[in-house]
This record gives sequence, structure tokens and C-alpha cells, in this order.
Amino acid sequence: MQLYLPIADLPVNVFLILAMGAPVGLVSGRFGIGGGFLMTPPLIFVGVSPAVAVASVASHIAASSFSGAISYWRRRAIDPALALVLLTGGTIGTALGVWTFTQLRALGQLDLLIALSYVILLTTVGALMFWEGLRAMLRIRSGTAVPLRRSGSHGWIHGLPLKMRFKRSKIYLSVIPVAVIGLVIGFIGAVMGIGGGFILVPLMIYVLRVPTSTVIGTSMVLTLVTMVFATLLHAVTNHLVDAVLALILMVGGVTGAQFGARAGQKIRGEHLRLLLGLLVLAVGIRFAIELVIRPEDLFTIRETSGGAG
Amino acid sequence: MKLAAAILAVGLAALAASPARAERLIASVSNHRVTVTPNYSGEELVLFGSVEKDGNTPASRNNYDLVVTVSGPRMDMVTRRKERRFGIWINTDSRQFVKVPSYLALFSNRPFDAIASPEVQRRQQLGLNNVLLTQRVGPDYADVVPNDAFRSAFVRLRSAHGLYRQETSAVTFLTPTLFRTGIPLPAEVPIGTYDVEIKLFADGALVTRTETAFEIVKVGFEQFVANTARNNGLGYGLVTAMMALMTGWMASIVFRKD
Repeated sequence: MQLYLPIADLPVNVFLILAMGAPVGLVSGRFGIGGGFLMTPPLIFVGVSPAVAVASVASHIAASSFSGAISYWRRRAIDPALALVLLTGGTIGTALGVWTFTQLRALGQLDLLIALSYVILLTTVGALMFWEGLRAMLRIRSGTAVPLRRSGSHGWIHGLPLKMRFKRSKIYLSVIPVAVIGLVIGFIGAVMGIGGGFILVPLMIYVLRVPTSTVIGTSMVLTLVTMVFATLLHAVTNHLVDAVLALILMVGGVTGAQFGARAGQKIRGEHLRLLLGLLVLAVGIRFAIELVIRPEDLFTIRETSGGAG
Repeated sequence: MKLAAAILAVGLAALAASPARAERLIASVSNHRVTVTPNYSGEELVLFGSVEKDGNTPASRNNYDLVVTVSGPRMDMVTRRKERRFGIWINTDSRQFVKVPSYLALFSNRPFDAIASPEVQRRQQLGLNNVLLTQRVGPDYADVVPNDAFRSAFVRLRSAHGLYRQETSAVTFLTPTLFRTGIPLPAEVPIGTYDVEIKLFADGALVTRTETAFEIVKVGFEQFVANTARNNGLGYGLVTAMMALMTGWMASIVFRKD
């Protein structure tokens, strides 16, 4: 079934988009991430311009993270105080990100920036996660006890001022690194059209030492708010959010996410991390290959002013 | 007196319809308003018309050639070239095309070389190589030679999307004076007004020309969405965000496990 996208200005096959949204939703539900970094590339592949894809995927992630956040809230797996501090930074970061996005679009280097940041972020984060998962598996196999929280390993982060007690996560921490992490995630999310969950979750676990019980739920709240904010800003400044495309993605995504969440509970934590690491790494390498090999066509055309609309 | 009036009448008639204007072109497209609906996936219009001769037409003239030029709304476009820098392929050089047709189709009944001399082809902009595509080169605005790398890449990429096309056998003469041609509009044609210019050639020279037009418009929902997104970004963003929240909320209810 063909459907004409009013902002992207091209007809797409609804079932193709649904079919693309569902597995991404499945993966995102399984790993507790937004999955934007998986959704944007196939959209670009079917002909949606990178800018429209990034802007529309933002609202898609808002939908899937909201449905996730609701179920985590019911299980009391969200730390509201921690989410609030992350959001303060996240909001500023998103605004900065949308502004940067607009500037780079004018310069004609937006596609390069999107591709480069995908390569750098995905390969590093993917490799780290893969390595972590692998080490955890080996440790379990060799029978060594895993020190969950090394006492006395409080780094410089725990010496920062403005400390605050986050009750539900049972941690006592300075608000500065929390807000900074929120800002970075908000910025990356707005520029790359990703929720940033796959970066935020490891950062919260390894840097802030937030217990795993509240990590995913809290990160979903941040993803939700930054993506709602990003949708609004992209709509106001760039007029690039395609609501029809977003709706198709949402329907496919949230459906897939529910099945993913169920499947996720059956897999062991370190296997999950290993798999997610591999997935992230694979997407990163795919982008890297695209940058390095000679493109099929050296020329590209982009409209700079349009009669469209 | 009668003679003088007759001479005057003939003189006036000669002025009004000089031998070059001996024919009249009448043409029309099958649909002047193409609407983009949710299931729009391209369309093909039909252009038909006839050559009307009058008393001034040389009796020997029977072979006509016809060139139809369809040009879509004009836009500014940038063509960028990738180059290898630091091991990766990035956009380096770029050229701006100023107010060029977003859709361009040139149809004729036989190859342009057979219709007119290269000089006439250039003057009448027959063929994609001869159509004026203004580029901004530094402070100057000019078209460049057809084999310029950026120009040919531009034409090639637009052609690959079916947005620029040239077919020298697309016009058919049903009778020596009655003609028709199809105007294929691929799915991604831009919205706007399309000008159709029809030029009649005989013996390698332009005889007469006429123009018609059609428009491609978004209607109903598509137009509403596109207009709202452009004119009321905040409201549009709010509605989209609300839609996202509603979808997420509904999913969590539908799929609730407990």
C-alpha cells in the first residue's frame, strides 16, 4: 500500500516502513534503548532525506520510550529525582543540538556529520559493550565472583560538590556529572536523531554507578523528554517533521517493542550486553565502510530553496 | 478606389500573418490540475493538438517537426562533489544552480539533429544539452558547456530520478497535422505549476509556438499537513508530540501484561 508523505514529498510503501519499524522496536524493547540509531539509516535508504528522517524519528522514539516509561513506572523502576537532574542538562543539550543541526544543514556538511558521529559513537560504544559483556561471561565461566560495587573505588566524580541524595537509586552523588551527561545525550540526540539510550545506559552504570534496577526506566524518561523537545524544535526551526511517516514508525515500533520487552526478560544480562554491543558495532562499521569506500556517485544534488509546500 | 482597398487589405493581411505565421498550433493537456492524494504514485498526462494551416501556408509544406518542453517549478539546487580527504569521502566542491526547472522534459517526433541545425538547436534550447541551466560561478551567473562535470552530473542525477528526460520519439503525428505525446510524471515530481511549450518546426526553422500549463497540487490532508508544518511549526510540533505520547500510552494499555 503506497502512502504519500506530505513533508518528505515522496510516496512510500506503508508495509515496508512498518516492517522496518517493528524489528527496531523489538530490539529497543529488548535492550531498553530508543533504537533511533537503527531506524534512521533504513529511512535514508528508502529515499527520505537525512534531515527529514532524523526529525521524524525523534517523535517515533518519543512514542516508544513513553510506552516503555509507563511500564517501568508501574514497576517503580524510575528514579524521579535522578531523571529531573538529567533532564535539566538534557533540555539545554537538545536546544544546542537543534541549533547546530540547522547551522550544519546550511553549510552542506550535515550528512557527513551524521555519518561521522554514527561511526565514532557506534564503534566505540559497541566495542566497549561487547568487551564488557565478553569479560563478564568469561568471569562467570571461570567462577570468579563479580564485585558489583567496589567500595573505595569512588573516583573524582564522587568528590564533586553539590551532592544530592537520589532515594530510589540509593546513591549519593553530585548533580554536576549527572547534568553534564544529560546535556551530552540531549545534544547528540538532537543532531543524530537518536534517543541516546545506548550511550546513556552504560554511562549511568559505569560512571554514575546507578543500580541496574532504575537505570533503564530512568534513561527512558530522559529519552522521552529530550525527544519530545527535539520534535518540537525540529518542527519550529526546520519544518522537517513528517507526521505521517512518524505515525507509521510509531505503530510499527511500539508493537515490536512489546514483544521485545518480553523476549528480553528471558535472556541473561551479560548475553544481552554482548548482543547489543555486537549490534551497535555492526551498524557503526557499516557507516565507516560507506565513508571509506569510493561512493558509486561522487555527485549529489540538494535543493536549497524550494517551490515545494 | 476598389483596387487601392484591395491592395491595402492584402498588405494588412500580409503584415498580420507573415509567411512564418501561416500555421496555428492548438494544444491541450488531458488534465490541467493533477492532485496529489494519499495514494498518489505518479501519473501520465497526455498532450494533444493540431497544426492548423491557412491560405498562406505554402502548399508544398507538409512535413512538420514538433518539440515539446515541459518545465516544472524553478528551484535553486546545489550539486556537490565528493573527494577523498583524510581517507574518507566528503563533500568538497559545490556548484549552485540558480532557478533551474525541478522537472524538465523534452519530447520531439525525431532526433533534434534531424529537426534543425546546431545553431537553431542552441537558440531554441532543443535538447538537454542546449537548455539553459544557470549556475553561479563565484560572482557570475552563467551556463557552462554541456560537458562540464557539474552540469552533466546534475542532468544525469535528475534523469536517474525521471525528473529530467529527453525522448526524441515521444511525439507522434496521428495525421500530418494531428499530434499527441505523453507527459510522464514520476511519483517524486515537485508540487507547483508546470509550463508546456510547444514549438513547431518546418524545414529546419521555427514556424510557430504556443504555450499551455498544468499544475500539480496537494489537496486535502496532504496540503493541510504541509501548510501547517510550514506556517504553524509550533502547533504542528505539539500535535505530533501529543500523537507520539498517545500512541505510546495506547500501546502500553493494549499490551499490558498485568
